[in-house]
Amino acid sequence: MRSPVSRLSLWLLLTPFLLWIVLLVLLPHLQMLRVSFQVRESWDTLAWGIEQYQNFFTESYYWRTFVRTGVMSLFTTFLTLIIAFPIAWYIARLARGRSKGFLFLACLIPFWASELVRTYGWMILLRESGLFSSWLQALGWADGPVEMLYNDVAVIIGLVYNGLLFMVVPLVTTLDGMDENLVEAGYDLGGSHSTVLREIVVPWAMPGIVSGCIVVFMLTLGSYLTPVLMGGKDSAWFTEQIFTQFITRFNWEQGAALGVLLLVLSSVIVWLGLKISGQSLRKVMG
Amino acid sequence: MGMDSDLFCEGLVRRFGSNAAVDHISLDVPAGTFFSILGPSGCGKTTLLRLLAGFDKPDQGDIHIRGQRMNDVPPNRRPVNMVFQHLALFPTMTVGDNIAYGLKRRKMPLAERRKRIARVLEQVGLPDLEHRNPQALSGGQRQRVALARCLVLEPTLLLLDEPLGALDLKLREQMKVELKHLQKQFGTTFVYITHDQSEAMVMSDQVAVMRDGRFDQVAPPEELYREPATPFVAGFVGDNNRLSGELVSVQDHLADIRLDDGVKVQGRVASNNLKPGHRAELYIRPESLVLSGDALSTGYSSIQAKVRATLFDGANSRVEAENCGQPVYARLPQDGSAPRLSVDSSIRLAWNPDLARVFGAESL
Repeated sequence: MRSPVSRLSLWLLLTPFLLWIVLLVLLPHLQMLRVSFQVRESWDTLAWGIEQYQNFFTESYYWRTFVRTGVMSLFTTFLTLIIAFPIAWYIARLARGRSKGFLFLACLIPFWASELVRTYGWMILLRESGLFSSWLQALGWADGPVEMLYNDVAVIIGLVYNGLLFMVVPLVTTLDGMDENLVEAGYDLGGSHSTVLREIVVPWAMPGIVSGCIVVFMLTLGSYLTPVLMGGKDSAWFTEQIFTQFITRFNWEQGAALGVLLLVLSSVIVWLGLKISGQSLRKVMG
Repeated sequence: MGMDSDLFCEGLVRRFGSNAAVDHISLDVPAGTFFSILGPSGCGKTTLLRLLAGFDKPDQGDIHIRGQRMNDVPPNRRPVNMVFQHLALFPTMTVGDNIAYGLKRRKMPLAERRKRIARVLEQVGLPDLEHRNPQALSGGQRQRVALARCLVLEPTLLLLDEPLGALDLKLREQMKVELKHLQKQFGTTFVYITHDQSEAMVMSDQVAVMRDGRFDQVAPPEELYREPATPFVAGFVGDNNRLSGELVSVQDHLADIRLDDGVKVQGRVASNNLKPGHRAELYIRPESLVLSGDALSTGYSSIQAKVRATLFDGANSRVEAENCGQPVYARLPQDGSAPRLSVDSSIRLAWNPDLARVFGAESL
């Protein structure tokens, strides 16, 4: 049997975690869930109902924005994976000793600055009077200033950049644990580069790929600053709509409903992703 | 023989910095041979194997497989397969998929593939394990899957990198015999590297003893044991006693040595660098030493030694004695004829000079 002292220390250790989960995660979400089912009948009377949820499906602007956000997030996640994989492969398998640590640090350093600073960094590069624009003009490839901000490509660039680290870390971790002989055996038995990658490396890295994708997808879907700053007025990101409902329109009920929908739908997409890739959450986050 | 052998290498060199891991190695392995490369760790045997598999390129020299020059052929196009030290079974695939991997690369149709997989699993003694995961198998079973995965491709050459190292002793003994039988059954040429001399001796048709990137001797196991060509081979292959002294004279094939305690003994000349007055080393196997009372056969050499301990190990029981501060081991016959030896008592160990081998001390 466990002694009372060790039980007490267990509870003491758990307390900050429990406080965090209950006060900052569980309670606000429950509250939001409650608010989302309230319909304001007049300025001081509330009734229960699902009007806000109906709005989401009947107002095409809401669900179109959501679909757009989801599709762009999926694309961003995919792009991040494609870019992060070679980086992670290099760090995990090819780099040795000091250069390995240095490269890992190089991936990490941008994240010492806040998302806001990083986004403004990109804006300095991409805006009309920015670096890229002036280089293009100096090289004679453009006649006048080129605006590269405020379109979907700019938004995706910013989002991929923000997600990169969260993809690289789990990939490096899984690839690091792979036996070099597995790759050699893949070649030895007649495999080409692409077969070895497809049949051996990717299946091995699958837990890392899936966990990286989940994190990046959730981050992207829920990101607010980058789409607003780099996409401008027309970026139409779903989180912007939630913000608008809460802050501009002061319609907390609608905002809460959209928030709940974002949570539910993103969870459904992640669940589908796990099912399709044949992974379980326990294995991926293990 | 020669260029048309299954494996023929000439003057292979592979350097890492200034150190030659493989230093001018030539070898010739005829078809159907079980060829072992035996050497202590760090002798370059793994590097040599990787050159043969194509994972590494020689700085000098040529590799020919069935007469085809292989130097510029990548590993996936060589008619060579390798069983890795830790087997490297693909953990994300079932046993069947592991074996199918190579066949798929050859675009073999599904039906034919199924047939071959079933057959090879039958041959290695693992029928009906196709759908299991490699992780769910025992060490010996995994070993067989790794073999099957290579043998199903019918390679010209199968390279084995100490695959038995991870098994426990009992299983290793069993797998040794089994591997030998499998090799005979498939008729494939095996190149097996190991640091375990017993593995090399039991299984091989030919053994190359490797040291510091070179072959000291290439011979069948029995010759290696009875007629070691260098002091290193004499000391590395099987148990051996080394007695060092000064060379007195050489007559015909016998050398006279004065040991450090002044006793004169004889052994067969085994190297051509023997000069009277120089240091020499005499190697004599524990089983060639006889415990003798006073009745000594004529022509036998003998030394006086002090018993330190008797080591009982069934048929391999030995007595550990001391001569001139050096330990000397002698086999104790287990037919009841061995005298009871008490610690610190003095014994006389004798041998037929024809069974001892004398080398000039190596100048380092």
